[in-house]
Amino acid sequence: MSDGAKLLLIAFSMIFTENYVLVQFIAICPFLGVSKNFDSCIGMSGAVIFVMTLASAVTWTIYNFLLEPFGLTYLQTIVFILVIAALVQFVEIVLKKYIKPLYKALGIYLPLITTNCAVLAVTILNIDESYNFIESCVDGATAGIGFGLALILFCGVRKALERAKPPKCFEGLPITLVAAALTSMTFMGFAGIADNLFH
Amino acid sequence: MNPVLVAVLVLGGVGLVCAVLLVVASKFMAVPVDERFPKIRECLPGANCGGCGYAGCDGYANALVDGSEEKINKCVAGGAAVVEALAKATGKEAEAIEEKVAYVHCKGDCNATQKKAEYNGTKTCKASKLLFGGEGTCTFGCLGYGDCAAVCPEQAINVINGVAHVNGARCIACGQCVSVCPQKIVTLIPKAAAVKVTCSNKEKGPVVMKKCTAGCIGCGLCMRNCPAEAIKVEGFLAAIDYEKCIGCGKCREVCPKKCIL
Repeated sequence: MSDGAKLLLIAFSMIFTENYVLVQFIAICPFLGVSKNFDSCIGMSGAVIFVMTLASAVTWTIYNFLLEPFGLTYLQTIVFILVIAALVQFVEIVLKKYIKPLYKALGIYLPLITTNCAVLAVTILNIDESYNFIESCVDGATAGIGFGLALILFCGVRKALERAKPPKCFEGLPITLVAAALTSMTFMGFAGIADNLFH
Repeated sequence: MNPVLVAVLVLGGVGLVCAVLLVVASKFMAVPVDERFPKIRECLPGANCGGCGYAGCDGYANALVDGSEEKINKCVAGGAAVVEALAKATGKEAEAIEEKVAYVHCKGDCNATQKKAEYNGTKTCKASKLLFGGEGTCTFGCLGYGDCAAVCPEQAINVINGVAHVNGARCIACGQCVSVCPQKIVTLIPKAAAVKVTCSNKEKGPVVMKKCTAGCIGCGLCMRNCPAEAIKVEGFLAAIDYEKCIGCGKCREVCPKKCIL
């Protein structure tokens, strides 16, 4: 498979067939927490795409030039958490100083992302799949886009849920979880497409 | 070398590098904060309730610092103590907090007005209003399905005999009922208000008379008798300007329909 085709395959599978939220059930917490209104969905998605791409690049470098030569690959989880947390803090400081509008747009979602398990997942899966640097970055960015897609789609579902009247015992979170399950089932329709599309 | 030592060194090293990076970054890229900001922010309770109309205490403090907000008595949650502290921090004179309370401007209960139709739809004011402006003959008044009571976080609103009543002792003036009322007849008025208009009907006097015995007919007696010129009759409905009102109670005495209380 050519390089371009492989990148396309990564992008397609991260957004559709292997969507983090709706297929792999990673980052359910922000998915349920932030999907209430459209504006915060956009803010959160933007921040996640940004941080995931950066984190993929940085952790790939650290893993391949620091952990592997010293035989410390078993430390990857703890090192990655440390690095991601510091990275997000650093990015926040830089944005606050130099790109004020972007800082305001991302707002509270930037620091929140340190605790988003999708960010840790993408960095660890990059290593597991033994991607090279470019592939890791593309993987990070498209996983973020997939997260954003799921968030925005589900935001629409929740808007419709607000008008629906479920039985009393299902009101609130229960019916939201049922709706999330149904939304995730729609993504099963993409299964198998990626492998046949890009080989 | 001892593998444990290597692990500790590498992990410690990574942590140290990150820490140094952050310290350097926060020193060199620090955004200068107005020195008054922390002082003012310290005075506020930090509950981030939004009662002042800003997005949290930081928002209010910012507005006070950059001068877009003049008044230091906007913090409802903090009370007099916060106003005093703010007065010290800003050098402004302490003002009393204007405590507010929600009020339903309608007294058209089931005895005072009649129904023009029987409504069998969804039991909310919002839905009821969609059908010919509600089931009552008066299309301005309280619809009585208690949308306001449903949103009230303090259970301060009760619908009694078809009209919503606010329990002033429980009301925290959050304004949720004001925004949810489809008739727009709930407003926040000063807690100390001596008089209030108890009707929202803007139709001409004779029309109101036919519909409701408790309605304002727009005669203008209150306006003419007010010594402070605080009352205006617009669209056949009296409205009180609480900034001018001196609380003498003249309007209450002269009102022929007893719709100023």
